Amino acid sequence: MRGVIETVGLGKRYGQDWALRDCTLALPEGRIIGLVGPNGAGKTTLLHLAVGLLAPTAGTITVLGERPGAGPTQLARIGFVAQDTPTYTRMSVSNHLRLGAWLNPGWDEALARHRIGQLGLDPRQRAGSLSGGERAQLALTLALAKRPDLLLLDEPVASLDPLARRDFLRGLMEAVAEQGMSVVLSSHLVADLERVCDYLVVLVASRVRVAGEVNALLSSHYRLSGPRRDPGVLPAAVEIVEESHTDKQSTLLVRTDDPIHDPSWSVKPVSLEDLVLAYMSRARDDHAPRLEVVP
Amino acid sequence: MIRLSWLQFRSEAVVAAAALAAFAVLLAATGPHLFHLYDISGVATCQARGNCVSLASTLINKIPGYYELVYFGATGILLAVPLIIGAFWGAPLVAREFEAGTFRLAWTQGVSRERWITTKLAVVGLGAMVTAGLFSLVLTWWAGPIDTAAALKENNSITFIRLGFMLFATRGITPVGYAAFSFALGVSAGVLIRRTLPAMAATLGVFAAVQIGWPIWVRSHLIAPAHIAVALTAANIPGLGQGPGGTIMANPPNLSSLSGDWILSFQTVDPAGHVFNAATVPACSGNSPNTQVCGAALGALHLRDVIAYQPASRFWAFQWYETGIFLAAAVVLAGFCLWWVRRRRLG
Amino acid sequence: MIEFQLDETSGVATYLQLVQQVHQALRMGMLEPGDQLPTAQQVVAKLAINPNTVLKAYRELEREGLVRARPGLGTFVTRSPSGTDPATQARFLAAMAEWLRSARLAGLGPDDIEAIYRTAFRNCFAEGVA
Repeated sequence: MRGVIETVGLGKRYGQDWALRDCTLALPEGRIIGLVGPNGAGKTTLLHLAVGLLAPTAGTITVLGERPGAGPTQLARIGFVAQDTPTYTRMSVSNHLRLGAWLNPGWDEALARHRIGQLGLDPRQRAGSLSGGERAQLALTLALAKRPDLLLLDEPVASLDPLARRDFLRGLMEAVAEQGMSVVLSSHLVADLERVCDYLVVLVASRVRVAGEVNALLSSHYRLSGPRRDPGVLPAAVEIVEESHTDKQSTLLVRTDDPIHDPSWSVKPVSLEDLVLAYMSRARDDHAPRLEVVP
Repeated sequence: MIRLSWLQFRSEAVVAAAALAAFAVLLAATGPHLFHLYDISGVATCQARGNCVSLASTLINKIPGYYELVYFGATGILLAVPLIIGAFWGAPLVAREFEAGTFRLAWTQGVSRERWITTKLAVVGLGAMVTAGLFSLVLTWWAGPIDTAAALKENNSITFIRLGFMLFATRGITPVGYAAFSFALGVSAGVLIRRTLPAMAATLGVFAAVQIGWPIWVRSHLIAPAHIAVALTAANIPGLGQGPGGTIMANPPNLSSLSGDWILSFQTVDPAGHVFNAATVPACSGNSPNTQVCGAALGALHLRDVIAYQPASRFWAFQWYETGIFLAAAVVLAGFCLWWVRRRRLG
Repeated sequence: MIEFQLDETSGVATYLQLVQQVHQALRMGMLEPGDQLPTAQQVVAKLAINPNTVLKAYRELEREGLVRARPGLGTFVTRSPSGTDPATQARFLAAMAEWLRSARLAGLGPDDIEAIYRTAFRNCFAEGVA
């Protein structure tokens, strides 16, 4: 089954800096895909490439089977909420809905009105006087009422307080349960990942570090701890993501498809949050200058 | 998309309608009295009787003093309308969307960017032209009597003839062309600069420069000037004036046939058709030559002044040409905006 | 209708927690054959979890034969987990209460009791990842 977003060697360069490079992904449909990474990692760049706001410098990208920016029929199938959830400050809530209705052929007015009512938003209130959480919910409503096949959300909860964040996710999950669309949700926060996402892409310093189904990631990563030793004793098929040593103990975070047979290691599962953090710190350390110790 | 353009334009349109209504009310309040004075003054038929200057002066003196304020104020408003439209309707149209990031909302819906920009350009551009046209309609109607009388009284002063810089830009259909051009200029500035205030400033600057430079360097060349030769006699030379290259020329006498026409330039020529430098006549050289002696000397030489001018009857031809050029420029700028918006892939 | 909870700190997969809560409810008599489970939409509207997780839990319960999904109507309980009738439940509940009373009299606090219970439970079922 073809994926909702497929990229091959996708890259975007500004002057000398690559905001995104060597990005090869095949994001499956019907999932909630988490796009995780620190600020400046390239998440916004990837999403903007997907909706045609940016053009690639290298590689290719197809969204729902077509090149982005192919035309308005493609964009009608994609719901996009940009970072900081832009809305028209002087325009009322109900006029925003009119905007959605006038600009989108598949607009579901009943769904939009129902959601606004459920959220308790005053239709006559101007978007500029809404709270951050309310604006995010309005922007999400505009995207959902298009009845898209794919929803792209760029850090929608980054600037929301915890309650507003939970409300937003509740509403989003409910809409996904009802409409069945695929979702790509970018975030620099690692909390809420495990409860919400079933596919994960970790993006650090403009490269994809790890990507896959959450179940597969969780069942292929372990935390090993045991007496202090050289990690080289492990089989080659075991990839070490993170390691730390004290004088008595070694702790490793590893990725492997085979079980660990060595009984001197204590093997425990890894939470998704720890897994992501390990990849993020490995990527950061790759960039750190190596300290040469002169004997 | 038309409905959305109108929705976003609504508050500006309301302001324009209110300003237009106030303008019309003010002029309508004073119009009837003005027209009455004009009707009874006899200025309308003065050409036949040859007493235009005195009748016009009488009329001007009878018009209440504050009408002068209204006259110049309204003319100033007509000069300002295209400027304001360009800065306040044109510059923010796209620049505001970039500043607020709302273009990321507008360009990811089910309508193409092309349709988005062309509809906004068409709706607001049309509004701009209609607004300017209505302002001009009201003022051209009201100011008719004063324009006519002042031109007669002030004897072809460039300020009051219809082809002159003040009246040409504020009567007839030229404001429509200016408004369209200024609007398209503003949108282009907004598209390139992507921030509202700098775009407004750029629009004001460029449009003002065009409005100043155009009458000086371009307008008179839109139609090839007409020429008329006036025989110079000892009696009809009003004085001497500077010519090009330090030469001295005889100023042409006032011709009633040139009343209301736009005098561009003149040259004194001898019977053979060559340019004549009055400084070569001894009686006319020096710092302050005796006018009677100089005049007699020049008159004996059978000189002529060849006057290059644009007849007042060409007023509407100039109006159509100039409006057409500005409308065409507006279309070109609009095309640029469309091309740029379609191409933009910078996030 | 049953209402699900989520314990993020327990380390147990979300869908398994839902499955276990259904098992528990069936044992306690809060769910009976014929009752409808909440729709995925209802569950995620409260818990803000991925709807696929709910569907996975319901598929697991269906695999165990405890529930059946009726397209367009919902997911319904078919029978209780085998071998557990309310009478047996009540008997063991009473025995447990007695044991707890003795433990408290012996001076054990809640943490000790919990540790003892978990150790015994683990040894009995060899659950958790070793």
